[in-house]
Amino acid sequence: MSSSDEGRELLEKEAEKKPDGQNESGVSRRSFLKGSSVALTIPLVASGEKYVKAAGAQVQILGPGKVNLTLNINGVAKTASVETRVTLLDTLRNELDITGAKRVCDRGTCGACTVVMDGKPVYSCSVLAIEAQGHKIETVESLAQGDTLHPVQQAFWDNDAQQCGFCTPGFVMATKAMLDKHPSPTPEQVKQNLGGNYCRCGTYHGIKAAVVQASAQMKEMKGGKRNG
Amino acid sequence: MAEYKWPEEGKRTHIGKRISRIDGPDKVSGRAKYTYDLNRPGMLFGKVLRSPYAHAKIVSIDLSAAEKMPGVKAVKIIQEPGTEIQWAGDEIAVVAAETEGQAEDAMRAIKVQYEKLPHFVNEQNWDTIPEANRRKPSEVASGDPAKAFAESDVVIEGNYGNEIITHCCLETHGLIAEWEDDKNLLVHQSTQSVSANGGQFAQALGMPAGNVHLKMEHLGGGFGSKFPVDRWGIEAAKLSKLAGGKPIKLMLERNSELMVAGSRPSVFAKVKIGAKKDGTVTAWESEAWGSGGVGNISFAQNLPYVFGPAMQDKKSVFSVVSTNTGPNRAWRAPNHPQACLITMSAFEDMAAELKMDPLDFFLKNLALTGTRANVYRDELLKAAEMIDWKKMWRPRGEGAPGSTKIIKRGLGLSLHTWGGGGHASDCDLTIHPDGSVELKMGTQDLGVGTRTVLTIVAAETLGLPLSGVKVHIGDNHFPVSGGSGGSTTVGGISASTRRAAVDALNIMFEKLAPAMNTTPDKLEAVGQKVQQIDNPSNSMTWQQACAKLGTQPLTTRGKNPGKETLTTGGVGGVQMADVSVDMETGIVKMNNFVAVQDCGLIIDMKTCESQVFGAMIFGVTYSLFEERIMDSQTGKMLNPNMEFYKLAGLSDIGNFKVHMMTGKGYDERGVIGVGEPPTVSPGAAISNAVANAIGVRVPNLPMTPDRVLNALATKGEKKGGKS
Amino acid sequence: MQTFEYASPTTKEQAVELLGKQWGESEALAGGSDLLSLMKDFIITPKRLVNLKSIKELDGISYNGRAGLRLGALANINDIADNAQIKKEYPTLAYAAGEVAGPQIRNVGTLGGNLCQHPRCWYFRAGFGLLAKDESGQPLVPNGDNRYHAILGNDGPALYVHPSTLAPLLISLMAKVKTFGPKGAREIALDQFYLTPKADGERGNVLLPNEIVTEVIIPPPGNVRTASYEIRHREVLDWPMAMASVALTMSGKRVSAARLTLGHVAPVPWPADEAAKFLVGKTISEDVAAEAGKIAVAKAKALSRNAYKIQLAQVAVKRAILQAAG
Repeated sequence: MSSSDEGRELLEKEAEKKPDGQNESGVSRRSFLKGSSVALTIPLVASGEKYVKAAGAQVQILGPGKVNLTLNINGVAKTASVETRVTLLDTLRNELDITGAKRVCDRGTCGACTVVMDGKPVYSCSVLAIEAQGHKIETVESLAQGDTLHPVQQAFWDNDAQQCGFCTPGFVMATKAMLDKHPSPTPEQVKQNLGGNYCRCGTYHGIKAAVVQASAQMKEMKGGKRNG
Repeated sequence: MAEYKWPEEGKRTHIGKRISRIDGPDKVSGRAKYTYDLNRPGMLFGKVLRSPYAHAKIVSIDLSAAEKMPGVKAVKIIQEPGTEIQWAGDEIAVVAAETEGQAEDAMRAIKVQYEKLPHFVNEQNWDTIPEANRRKPSEVASGDPAKAFAESDVVIEGNYGNEIITHCCLETHGLIAEWEDDKNLLVHQSTQSVSANGGQFAQALGMPAGNVHLKMEHLGGGFGSKFPVDRWGIEAAKLSKLAGGKPIKLMLERNSELMVAGSRPSVFAKVKIGAKKDGTVTAWESEAWGSGGVGNISFAQNLPYVFGPAMQDKKSVFSVVSTNTGPNRAWRAPNHPQACLITMSAFEDMAAELKMDPLDFFLKNLALTGTRANVYRDELLKAAEMIDWKKMWRPRGEGAPGSTKIIKRGLGLSLHTWGGGGHASDCDLTIHPDGSVELKMGTQDLGVGTRTVLTIVAAETLGLPLSGVKVHIGDNHFPVSGGSGGSTTVGGISASTRRAAVDALNIMFEKLAPAMNTTPDKLEAVGQKVQQIDNPSNSMTWQQACAKLGTQPLTTRGKNPGKETLTTGGVGGVQMADVSVDMETGIVKMNNFVAVQDCGLIIDMKTCESQVFGAMIFGVTYSLFEERIMDSQTGKMLNPNMEFYKLAGLSDIGNFKVHMMTGKGYDERGVIGVGEPPTVSPGAAISNAVANAIGVRVPNLPMTPDRVLNALATKGEKKGGKS
Repeated sequence: MQTFEYASPTTKEQAVELLGKQWGESEALAGGSDLLSLMKDFIITPKRLVNLKSIKELDGISYNGRAGLRLGALANINDIADNAQIKKEYPTLAYAAGEVAGPQIRNVGTLGGNLCQHPRCWYFRAGFGLLAKDESGQPLVPNGDNRYHAILGNDGPALYVHPSTLAPLLISLMAKVKTFGPKGAREIALDQFYLTPKADGERGNVLLPNEIVTEVIIPPPGNVRTASYEIRHREVLDWPMAMASVALTMSGKRVSAARLTLGHVAPVPWPADEAAKFLVGKTISEDVAAEAGKIAVAKAKALSRNAYKIQLAQVAVKRAILQAAG
């Protein structure tokens, strides 16, 4: 059995376990964990599967038409049918109505589309949706628990690190990813980790203050948990 | 009896406090829905085909291939063959398809033949501007400048200017247009002008204004560029009709946003200025030109800036240069940043020539500013204290403390003015019998915190906590309120809200007084109670009071303008910048930047200060980084992206301090907007700081490394930087 | 963006067969930041994308004292910046990787992609081709806005600058690049990998349409002091206007061998051999470094608007040398 066949079988098995594909239970999460090693080679395709022979192996060809894909967004399996050319950003916004990530430059410069993929901030405008399969995608919508804001969000609010707010979700995600990695960031780390986002209204003064507040709050929460 | 006039300082519960914007949680959580975020049922995507040429005649347009493309629902010509196109990026045709990719495929399948015509796109050098592109100059003059120059002790000349910049809104211009039925159009538009734009759509489409419903929840930036409905807006509405009324989302691409959706005119000036040995400026003469694309600009009257009113002998000539580039639009304090740069630079150069501290020099000349001289004096002294001017400032080219052989530090200052005030605004305030309060107004939030301001004013007036008022904006079915321009929004909406709330209270007091055994004039609403002013124990809770309304809610219409002056115009501001310049690379870094600003009575100190911080950051960006770069040969914009259309990043701005002038002398002027004034001075303050640091003037903004190094190379010897 | 087929081979042999034999048919996809932008602007319009990220052997970072450092073509830029062994043995490489673009690009960007990226020349990005000619064949750069264009190696028709900020450093570190194509594997010194196109249709590197970079090998550091100095207008996320990477082999206080490579000044990473030669036998001082800077740009030729870049390149060399000498 080729590795491709193994992969497909594995995913089919996982698909059977999921009642509706939209389930937030551990079942779907497990499928993503397992799937992450193979999902890129064999994404789920409902119809029109095409293979070509290359170096003695059957390699699946997807597109150029629509491909059915499953994305792990904020811990939930989301399905969409999009052409291979569609980015993760446009899939989130146009197919899944998850619109916190914004389309601003659409060329991997401004950071408004920032989402966190496998724990790292990335520009969702510069990742194809088809490539995002098998990865854990977190968008700004995942941070607040009901009315309780994440400390980064609270800090952006408290320090008025927003005016029109269009860059804000991207900045919030970049800040959150930075503080997860560097709980007490040095000025150099702030510069490097928030250097991939631009604001037009001019909220950097507030963002700097928000980073300080969020860093302190996140450390306090962690400490609190450990001690409590 | 409730009064219209604003409460005294000691009696304010919310006004003037630091209040976080009430829609902040929506914005930080991604819940806030902007026009770009809306997915309407059955929505199609619209794409506009744009001219690749800066000047051309459309010979033919063939839509047939596009019409047959998969997913395409409608295709339409915007400008017919025979039309002369005046700038690259102008609209030619538009398509709608089921997916964005399909719409783009179809757009590219439209075949257009052009007859190319000669274009002109770069106006920076007067000598290379063809005669045909120079419009008739306008002149503003008074007194006898020639005589005044002859009598001056010192006369200097200088060149100053700035490149065209664009608005670069992060949410691009655009809309979703859909027909609810044959007669009724629903538009979700990204706009600064919610109340007026429905009528503009109606007029363009030849339908009754009442049949256009226009909505917008949140707005991703405008800065003066998002007033009109725009040709693409009208076309989206027409295209939707062709597509059976289906919603069509048409948001500009980033490159179109930068090419066609607004820009700030360039101005380049040659200035002659005369002064007495003691530093008194005696004469001004300037010859300037600038371009706003094919648009017109009226600029001559703006020079000299701020110091003009009382200056006797002056002359200002301005020539509009027409270029084949996207037209200009209002850009945060139109004309002021350019005029300020030119004037304050010339003044600072004169101070340097006279070997005077510019702070003393500007103070000495404040009489020329007319009525606002005292405000400027207070602000100059305050700003100087904040940046430690007297300790830090050194004569030009010597380098402020902290300078090294390679890094030179310098300080610069500038002052500015702006009108502001309050635009016309109506609102409906409704008090429900259960005590809840709603406010409806056809205004919009450009980022200033409109909802927050409305909530504060209504809650303050009614004696309620902020949570006691629910605000609805962004709908042209709500009472008409002005577009957000000229820094008039906060003034206008505060005043109308105050009046509506006061009127509502007085109606309530009339009803309540008999039951409370007193007269209406003796009642007040404070602390969620209605009480007798001279006997507070005679009171009822807000809920009890509202229950007395009966079953019908009480609605009052608030208006601005109206009784009692709640808003006025006219502000001053001072900014001082402290920069370091790498003399080997020409790179300018911001160290410190301070602003002192007045804007009358401040409703929310937190969001007010944010406007000033934001304006200063805007200013750092246009002073050091951003410019529209056009290619003379192809007529194309070379940087219609966010990679080379450079905005300052988080680490480029330095340390900022803001001080708002409040209290006596300021609060009683009522509410005045602040969005524009603080964007005026940064160019001048930073340019002056750079000149102070490196010993020579960098004539034009943005002060990029090439411009700084060129200035050092060409003027270094003449003006003798001691470095 | 034009529609395309998408394939994810698991071996480099499969990848090579899936890639087309003609330019324009297909493109290899790694991090994708640059490629997708070019595709969105229809500058590159492949009919097939061959995703390399499932080819395990292209990944990985490993070091040993004898062979040096092996970086798979898919080695992530941020992983290079964060790698403890690279930080210890090749600190300048870790630093330079951490200076690439912004975090979001570094998190998806690969070393192979960084080395093979396309120029940022705005005429190229507006669809006028690598050699930037208008519809009539007239070259646009000489009389156009060339503020960011080449000051060295600009005698021919190619006037763009190579955008990689890692390539100059890797060249100074004597890196070799391994490729795999229809005729099997090749190993090429990185300074031989880049080409300056002389005519339409020519490319900026030696790769065949169906050939991919598989790994980069850097010899053991030895007694070398290194530095990379980038002169950027904005502090972060900005292309340098000029940069220099230097590797100085020291014998006591004196330089016994030097490698100096400039970036963002020429269509290829630009070896400043004469300046490097000048450094041999010298003790590094401010004057020596400044003199090396002058030598490095002695043959530079400004276009109409970029004379300032000659100054910047000179300063970059000086500062890189001083930084390396510490």
